[in-house]
Amino acid sequence: MMAATDVRNMTKADAPQLDAEEERHARAKRIEGVAKWLLPAVVLALAIFGWDRIVVINAIPRYILPGPGLVVQTLIQDWPILYPALLVTLKITFMALGVAVLGGVGLSVLFTQSRFAEMCFFPFAVILQVTPIVSVAPLIFIYVSSKLAALLLCAWIVAFFPILANTTLGLKSTDHNLRDLMTIYKASRWQRLRFLQAPSALPYFLGGLRIAGGLALIGSVVAEYVAGTGGVGSGLAFRILEAGYRLNIPRMYAALLLIAATGVVIFMVTTTLNHLLLRKWHESAVKRE
Amino acid sequence: MNAALRPSEHQTEPLGQRTKVLSLVDVDKSFSGGVVALKRLNMTVHAGDFISLLGPSGCGKSTALRLIAGLMRPTAGRIVWEGGQGRDDFGVVFQEPTLMPWATVGQNVWLPFRLRGQSYASVKDRVEETLSLVGLERFAKSYPRELSGGMKMRVSIARALVTAPRLILMDEPFAALDEITRQKLNDDLLALKSRMGSTVIFVTHSVFESVFLSDRILIMAPRPGRVLQEITVDAPYPRGLDYRTSTDYAAKARETSEALMTAMGGVLMEGE
Repeated sequence: MMAATDVRNMTKADAPQLDAEEERHARAKRIEGVAKWLLPAVVLALAIFGWDRIVVINAIPRYILPGPGLVVQTLIQDWPILYPALLVTLKITFMALGVAVLGGVGLSVLFTQSRFAEMCFFPFAVILQVTPIVSVAPLIFIYVSSKLAALLLCAWIVAFFPILANTTLGLKSTDHNLRDLMTIYKASRWQRLRFLQAPSALPYFLGGLRIAGGLALIGSVVAEYVAGTGGVGSGLAFRILEAGYRLNIPRMYAALLLIAATGVVIFMVTTTLNHLLLRKWHESAVKRE
Repeated sequence: MNAALRPSEHQTEPLGQRTKVLSLVDVDKSFSGGVVALKRLNMTVHAGDFISLLGPSGCGKSTALRLIAGLMRPTAGRIVWEGGQGRDDFGVVFQEPTLMPWATVGQNVWLPFRLRGQSYASVKDRVEETLSLVGLERFAKSYPRELSGGMKMRVSIARALVTAPRLILMDEPFAALDEITRQKLNDDLLALKSRMGSTVIFVTHSVFESVFLSDRILIMAPRPGRVLQEITVDAPYPRGLDYRTSTDYAAKARETSEALMTAMGGVLMEGE
């Protein structure tokens, strides 16, 4: 009888306590879920508001620092000029990224299939990577007559290395027991590459792709700065240069805004791709319960 | 039982004239640097055998397995598969489950067939049947990370069994598991073996495991790695809790432990 009372008392005393803790945990989780989106948005809004106040209070002239309202207004007003430029920059960026993926993955497969190929060509890859593109680009524009091809080449040089380096690392870091298993089952080179090395390298490749996405944009913008040619078929970088010469600072900001937005979109796309491809199995992407 | 997984034809033959599967004749293995991993290893494996290689680390038991698996070549001696070339048909279970994390359980078990160019559809029944043999029929679509250590090991065993090979090589498969899971898997392994009539070579450093599972125990000694003694365990299969608690088992475990002590004589000071 005594024992039964004790147990009842215990449950009474302990159960709500546990619930409270659980509830606090759940509440913290809910708050975090909202804050994850809300917090950056609020801070960003505050920063823009602060920018606007600084411009207004100090009466800064528009040819030095335009306010956010004016930038947006210019973006809308100059859209007929900026939109084609954006398309050009996007085209070069994504073509360069595509070629970087092909070149990076292709070379890394070659390097892992043949150690001699790696010994021969890896130094070239490193030299291309470490030489600043701004210093090489003028030469490229001398040697390559097609402007598009030259721009692509510049962006590619900047973007392909992280894909090459990461994918090579990934193709090499296969589980040694799985490698033995492939030998035991007499897998061909191709089967080994397809069933073991490629999936092992996927997370590494995607990490490289995320870096390369940003670099392709940087590469295409830098190359365009160097190319400096105007007229039809010019990208955002040229529009920035041109607006700078004319002291049209609001347009510079508008073009800059588009470049930044492009970078963010590329980042989001590669991150989403990463998540979609790895969420089922890779530690970096699976949700922990 | 499904016809695809019937016991091998050798099982039905009378004892004493069982089919030879594999022999190792005077096999030596040394590594560059002068380490002699194995010295004059002789071993004959018959269909239906369950042979344990038992010994302290460095005695070459894993090396022996890797030689049989063709992952290394012997420095001297011969490894002869009965029936000649192309009859080296075996499955392997490593100490780690060694599953492809990006593939589902079903796809992992499919791998040996896949590498022979057989589609999943054509071997689906076989894969599912083998998974149900190891008690994982409901997990074909799960990913390895969703499974416990013991379940992953079961997948690994299913993969080794799925092609119904003549021989199964196991390299300390349960060493990383907790004692309870290990005992359960030992029971299940024996059940599988009698059901499929498999032939097994099992590397272990556990006296109790070897006495429970095998009908022959090869006690190996290090420096250089060699077989010191062979112990026969005649207790009939199936073996279960009754055997595990019997005096026969205790006596055999004692005999094996003593043999192992002899094998290790002189290297005890290394804290093993």
